[in-house]
Amino acid sequence: MANNSQDTPRDLRKMTGIWVVLSVAADLLFWFLVGPHVPPGRMTETAKNNQLDFNILLVIALPVIIGVWVYMGYAITHWSAKRNGPEPVGGASARSNKKAQVWWIAVTSFVVLFLAGFGTVALIVDHGSGGGEGPNPVWMPAGAARAETAAINGTGTGILTEPGGEHVLPVQVIGQQWKFTYRYPTFGGFESSQLMLPANTTIAFNVTSLDVIHSFWAYQLSVKADANPGVNNVAFTETKNVGNFTVRCSELCGLWHGAMFNYGSVVSPSDFVTWATTTEAANHANTKDLPPFAWTYTPDANNAAGGWFPDGTVTPYSTVETYGAKQPAS
Amino acid sequence: MTISAERPTEVATSVAPPARVSTPWTQRPGWMSQHLGTAIVGGFLGYILGHWFGNYISSSYPYIVNSGQNSIAVTLALTGMVVGWLLGIGALNYPLAKLIGKDAPAESEVKGWSKYFRYSTDHKVVGMQYVVGVLLFMFTGGLLAMAIRTELLNPTTHVFGPGTYIEIVSEHGTIMMMMATSIIVGPLGNYLVPLMIGSRRMAFPRIEAFSFWIFIAGYMVIFSALPYGGFSTGWTGYAPLQTQNGPGMISYLLGFAVIGMGMMAAGFNIAVSIINYRAPGMTWSRVPIFVWSILATASLLTLATPVLFAGGLFGILDKTVQTAFYVDEHGGSSYLWQNLFWFFGHPEVYIMALPGFGIVAEILPVFTRKPLFAYKVAASGMIGVALLSFFVWQHHLFQSGINPDMRPLFMLTTELISIPTGFIFLVGMGTLYRAKIRFEIPMLFAMALFFNFLIGGVTGVFLSDVPVNVTVHGGFFVLSHFHYTIMGGLLFAFMAGLYFWLPKMTGRMMNKKLGLIHFWMMFVFFNLTFFPMFIIGLLGQPRRVFTYASNLQGLNDFSSISAFLLGLSFLVFAFNLVWSMWISPEKAPANPWDSLGLEWQTASPVPAHNFDRIPVIMTDPYHYSEPGAPALADFGGASSGAATSDSHSAKNEGADND
Repeated sequence: MANNSQDTPRDLRKMTGIWVVLSVAADLLFWFLVGPHVPPGRMTETAKNNQLDFNILLVIALPVIIGVWVYMGYAITHWSAKRNGPEPVGGASARSNKKAQVWWIAVTSFVVLFLAGFGTVALIVDHGSGGGEGPNPVWMPAGAARAETAAINGTGTGILTEPGGEHVLPVQVIGQQWKFTYRYPTFGGFESSQLMLPANTTIAFNVTSLDVIHSFWAYQLSVKADANPGVNNVAFTETKNVGNFTVRCSELCGLWHGAMFNYGSVVSPSDFVTWATTTEAANHANTKDLPPFAWTYTPDANNAAGGWFPDGTVTPYSTVETYGAKQPAS
Repeated sequence: MTISAERPTEVATSVAPPARVSTPWTQRPGWMSQHLGTAIVGGFLGYILGHWFGNYISSSYPYIVNSGQNSIAVTLALTGMVVGWLLGIGALNYPLAKLIGKDAPAESEVKGWSKYFRYSTDHKVVGMQYVVGVLLFMFTGGLLAMAIRTELLNPTTHVFGPGTYIEIVSEHGTIMMMMATSIIVGPLGNYLVPLMIGSRRMAFPRIEAFSFWIFIAGYMVIFSALPYGGFSTGWTGYAPLQTQNGPGMISYLLGFAVIGMGMMAAGFNIAVSIINYRAPGMTWSRVPIFVWSILATASLLTLATPVLFAGGLFGILDKTVQTAFYVDEHGGSSYLWQNLFWFFGHPEVYIMALPGFGIVAEILPVFTRKPLFAYKVAASGMIGVALLSFFVWQHHLFQSGINPDMRPLFMLTTELISIPTGFIFLVGMGTLYRAKIRFEIPMLFAMALFFNFLIGGVTGVFLSDVPVNVTVHGGFFVLSHFHYTIMGGLLFAFMAGLYFWLPKMTGRMMNKKLGLIHFWMMFVFFNLTFFPMFIIGLLGQPRRVFTYASNLQGLNDFSSISAFLLGLSFLVFAFNLVWSMWISPEKAPANPWDSLGLEWQTASPVPAHNFDRIPVIMTDPYHYSEPGAPALADFGGASSGAATSDSHSAKNEGADND
């Protein structure tokens, strides 16, 4: 017994020493060597923030993992029957240790509550962190209301280029088996299979589907929002650098789910306006035949002859409704 | 001596059924009674009858004419198959006889190996049947996993077409999930719980037998998806894709409903048994920790599964009689399925984690020769996980467009659940502290659980963080995460449990050399298979795809080749099982690991009635390395027939330190 109580602090001191050294080394190596390259990169404000969140989480997680590994490694090497470890002592002292238990619960609770608080702050500050916020987003960036109005009115080329203003662009993402297409309501509502975005602009993605559930995952932009039929799922991001990105469907949507991807580009605002106005003009004849721009395009089941629901009446994001399509006043 | 006054004096013969007037037909030997063969015939006839009836009543419906498929016929055929199977095995004899007011025939209690092919109400037989049952699921699902990794050797489609591939993925996921719900509760829970709580039987032996036979019926139903052309929804079965799918979807929905009935039955029976059938003296603070974990799991099975059951039936109604539970344009909601499914699905995740914790916590004291550390924390942690698990399900819907206000709440609850989950590490590390660890095969698997589950648990925190979730949701990161928790946790614990308790269950030792090869292959290649998938996921590969970015081929090939070797380790396991059980059996000592557990104190092999006298429990089973510790239980004297030498050695455990 006497031996044990003397050895106890020595064991723990040794482990703590190894743990501190390894944890600090691992954290520093990760933060400076790997951290800057962690996906999804830094192409948008959202991506940057989410990368930072990931790195902070990992810097907290590494000491936890290393702590358990050091302890287990120490136990395996020092306390095994083969290596003539100490004689185990049973009884009350081995059955519980109030101090250890209280500390364990306190520390894990603190870490967990801190992480939940940190995640919530990060989520709100970054306006939903690029995740789908549903039809009634609550954490909107400054330009969101402006983007919404522009989408409803179908105008607003100026909001991309005017000096000093909030540069915003509403884009509608339409998922269908097995393809994403994009409508630009502020450019006459033309539909394109090419996703072009202007740099340094707040983008409001309005994601919906025509058939089953898809998920719009613009990987490098750090945007992911499920495309539900009859639902307008809104996600925000702010583009920074020009470059190309990948769009993949990340919700199983049937046979060709694996092939449902395409690529997009972030270009300079002036290049974007040139592309958008050219495409708008080129597509004018086809755009006329499309259903009028709406947040969702669920085919009207009660009207087999056609018609779309809602019938092109684009209303502002409701604060009352949660799921489902915006219902036009009837 | 109040103890001897409390001791039940009931003797073994009194549990035998009362004398009968005439031998009922279920008691007759051989081909005249019911067994697996009659079950197969019954299932076959039921299938044909149901299919004919379905076509008879519905083939003129406008939406079925010329559609090339009749979901009503498929539903009734599969239902008929399940009912016929249950009739054939004799599961319905008792309820049907009671229904018409007749005396219920008692199930036949045959001796010898043929009892394993019958409707047996002996919990030990059911446990052994479950071992074979879950291995059937496991090897089927494992083969499908090999097929998935074969396709992913190449970034384009090269072996299977996209249709076959998605069928394989969906079937793999569903079969494995079904298996995982029962892999420990079924075999080890049924076999060990009565032995551990000092009971002669389960509370509802017929319900217990029913849970096994319907589990196998569920296997047939879910397997029938393949000949029906499969289903393309993965194991999550999201509507409206669900509504779009062909008859294979019926196999999925009905399969989950059928398996769900088994899960509810098993959970209900086990929970009631634990609460009501504990031996005298077995207070809640003396219950083995494995039994606590099974109690928590059984409660989850009983409470969560009905939601899945109802959800599956809604889906079947949508597909057969054109209701619109999940059809958005008819006033239903595809979110309804997502919510119902995950309201079951997330407790299910803990159905798959808790028994593993229980096994590890039960095994550690034996191989460390130390008492279980922080028993109360462990037990309350399991109950805490079980309670909290009902409040986290919407984290599966973070990006789905749910009410955004809910996301911080579910982020909080999800991260809170890591506190009671983390207790298993406190318990494990405390038990290992200054111990004398013997690295036998079960202990190696138990230690591997700590390694794997740590990675699985920590990555779970990443997934619960909504900003990080944007990148990792629906990708290979989450895939790797749940393989680390379910395979790295549950399956490793199952292996630990098998190597640990098979000597008790079969009287034969597993071969240690083969066991070592099995363990090291499984541990190394499990990690080499799934760790790269975290990176693959972070680099942008979504789940369930047959094509991926060509720059990810190196990592995917590495993962695939490791997966093949991981598959090989299961063949080593299968070989070990066959070798040690049949080809070259080595007789197991009565208590090969020197455990103090009550299950090791019964005679070997365990008699049909478990205990000649119900033991009176004096203390908990963790008095390792404690000279002068009280004996675990009073078995009622040397003449009782309970393994006397074992209980004797248990009393002297304190001196036994080599």
